[in-house]
Amino acid sequence: MQVYRWTLTMALSIIHRATGIALYFGTLLLVWWLVAAASGPAAYAHVQAFAGSIIGRLIVFGYTWALMHHMLSGIRHFVWDLGYGFKANEREALTWGALIGGIALTVLIWIVAYANGGGR
Amino acid sequence: MVEFALPKNSKITGGKTWPKPAGATETREFRVYRWNPDDGKNPSVDTYYVDTNDCGPMVLDGLIWIKNHIDPSLTFRRSCREGVCGSCAMNIDGQNTLACTRSMHDVKDGAVKINPLPHQPVVKDLVPDLTNFYAQYASVEPWLKTTSPTPQKEWKQSHEDREKLDGLYECILCACCSTSCPSYWWNSERYLGPAALLQANRWVSDSRDEATGERLDNLEDPFRLYRCHTIMNCAKACPKGLNPAEAIAELKLKMVERQI
Repeated sequence: MQVYRWTLTMALSIIHRATGIALYFGTLLLVWWLVAAASGPAAYAHVQAFAGSIIGRLIVFGYTWALMHHMLSGIRHFVWDLGYGFKANEREALTWGALIGGIALTVLIWIVAYANGGGR
Repeated sequence: MVEFALPKNSKITGGKTWPKPAGATETREFRVYRWNPDDGKNPSVDTYYVDTNDCGPMVLDGLIWIKNHIDPSLTFRRSCREGVCGSCAMNIDGQNTLACTRSMHDVKDGAVKINPLPHQPVVKDLVPDLTNFYAQYASVEPWLKTTSPTPQKEWKQSHEDREKLDGLYECILCACCSTSCPSYWWNSERYLGPAALLQANRWVSDSRDEATGERLDNLEDPFRLYRCHTIMNCAKACPKGLNPAEAIAELKLKMVERQI
């Protein structure tokens, strides 16, 4: 394995799986947030303080990217499962699209969130 | 199982640097994986310098030049030297391909690094043991199976039906695709791999074959077919420009279509 030169589609395949695993834990955090919101202002403030911290924001940012990337990459897999996009240029384009699109969407979401005063 | 590192007795240690050929004006550096089953040592990477003015342009020419002029013990398979037989499949510059059709001038930056096909047992040097690979090919029963009575003359096929085999029949079973696949690296005992599956699709797609149902039944298994995760290394590696990933996707579609 160590001799094999990394290919784009190979890297994105493993990132798709890694983001899938990350989403699993990210969703646990989301559950924590919802449960706290349901159980009262004190618990909710506690979670808000964590999510508002630098580390918390980094985690939430990472979660946004994992979600966006996994979604676009999932669409890419869906296209392939339908039997399209297998030519060399098509598969490279799809893969770059998922990578760049995921990052772009994440940044866009955060810009919009901050513009609407979500950052405070 | 997933293996990121090599087992202890397969770790690459040291290696010999052979002197540059005397009187050569232009040389190319070759770094070649060496392992001898008889000397009890770990594998190593030997460095050779090939006189490019005395040698053909392909990587295989370089290997043959080394064997003839420097080190006769260097072991590798080769036969047709023109991309028809698939014997000289190996990992060159980090990608599986045929040594006979890859020009050494296409290998950029420095030395031409050559390893045997990844994740296969090594017989010696660049010769992998492909027993499992061939057994998997045999398991797709790559021959015409029919139940209707044999016609007086040949089994006929229309031009359109024949065209469905284009991109499938050309496979030379060099194993470049299967041994480029991470999924095959981890599960080569249970996952059939791109080459065998492309062949499976070749027989499923054959209009004359009457065992399509049984062929698909044989692949209805969490590992044999569905370990393909569209990583696409196979399509990138194939020295004949075929697309095993697409063939596998077609098989998956046929699996679904027959249930509707």
